[in-house]
Amino acid sequence: MSTVAIIDYGAGNIRSIQFALERLGTTGLVTSNASEIAASNHVIFPGVGAAGKAMEKLQASKLDLLIPKLTQPVLGICLGMQLLCRSSEENTTKGLDIFSEDVTRFSTDVKIPHMGWNTITELRSPLFEDVREEAYVYMVHSYYVPKNSQTIAITDYGLAYAAAIQKDNFFGVQFHPEKSGEAGAQVLQNFLAL
Amino acid sequence: MLTKRIIPCLDIKDGKTVKGVQFENLRDAGDPVDLAARYAKTGADELVFLDISATEEKRKTLAKLVERVAATINIPFTVGGGVSSVEDASNLLYHGADKVAINSAAVKRPALIDELASSFGNQCVVVAIDAKQMEGVWKVHLVGGKRPTSRSLFEWAQEAEQRGAGELLFTSMNHDGTKNGFANDALAELSERVNIPVIASGGAGNIVQFKEAFTIGKADAALAASVFHFNEIDILKLKQTLQEEGIPMRI
Repeated sequence: MSTVAIIDYGAGNIRSIQFALERLGTTGLVTSNASEIAASNHVIFPGVGAAGKAMEKLQASKLDLLIPKLTQPVLGICLGMQLLCRSSEENTTKGLDIFSEDVTRFSTDVKIPHMGWNTITELRSPLFEDVREEAYVYMVHSYYVPKNSQTIAITDYGLAYAAAIQKDNFFGVQFHPEKSGEAGAQVLQNFLAL
Repeated sequence: MLTKRIIPCLDIKDGKTVKGVQFENLRDAGDPVDLAARYAKTGADELVFLDISATEEKRKTLAKLVERVAATINIPFTVGGGVSSVEDASNLLYHGADKVAINSAAVKRPALIDELASSFGNQCVVVAIDAKQMEGVWKVHLVGGKRPTSRSLFEWAQEAEQRGAGELLFTSMNHDGTKNGFANDALAELSERVNIPVIASGGAGNIVQFKEAFTIGKADAALAASVFHFNEIDILKLKQTLQEEGIPMRI
């Protein structure tokens, strides 16, 4: 049976992701157990909160060593995506360094956090199969991943930044697919089909 | 482009949706989960649940209701009412809330904002402010608008931002329930004084008033209850009209 692990490290709106999976007919296994995570077919790496504390919690449970070694599809959501990067300006945090990007704070030319529904464009990944250009997704964040060669979707908020990234089996989305209506549900469904 | 948000608010008392006029005379407006599902389907951008009985009755949260809502809808929602500690907030977030709104407890103990922001991130922390204009000054009120304080709306809003609020939900008690439009002057001043999103609340009666909350009041989102609960304004129609008027909307 296909299994989806949702990494539980005390940072994240895990219940919402579980519910979103249930609406797609799948059950998410919330776990911090390394062997359960390693054995699952898909891994969701959520994150809500501050980068520094989240990274400390990952380190405390040694999940920081496990995640980069995973070979099945991994989806980092919001802070989860940011922690897949090399570093974050938030609490001057060292990340998991799967993506060699440095997460940066929005400039005060715009309201921070970037909060609400914005569009994603330049979609290029199986993750966005059947998702239309300029689909609306829900964003809540103060830091962003700059545009880079692994960008698979772009959002504009004062500047164009990476709304989603992909490298090998690792995917990151800045928006919350579990809260992004039909478009978000489609992204999750596409991820599960990988 | 980031859109402006339309947010139905469900005031909850004893597990039911209620709506009063200027915080009094509560009317029953139906099952909150049914309403939430209806709103999510018809274009609401976000939902807010306020347990208006929670603070005064010292009740903690409506965790079960939160969980039922989270299971049903695929848009974000904020829950407030009686949140006075990291544990309270954690409980709501654990059951599926995306953000927590704090009000009286933050005024009484402002460090609560710092604690929540450092535990869950600024984006989870909505500081709700009930204020009333008295002799020209906007004064913050507590306990569902029942008790005046000496604090000014703008000074408190700025302190809340500095302490880590991710968003402000400003309810004008002068306007709430009147359907005479939002407190646009105060909203515009708030938007100038802080650099976090501001949700306008109190006074929604017609579509033009929503437009004014965005154009004159410079609000990032507008919240209303009874005009949606009693089908006086259709959310999709509202959003279509606002978009035609040049306000960016998710349709």
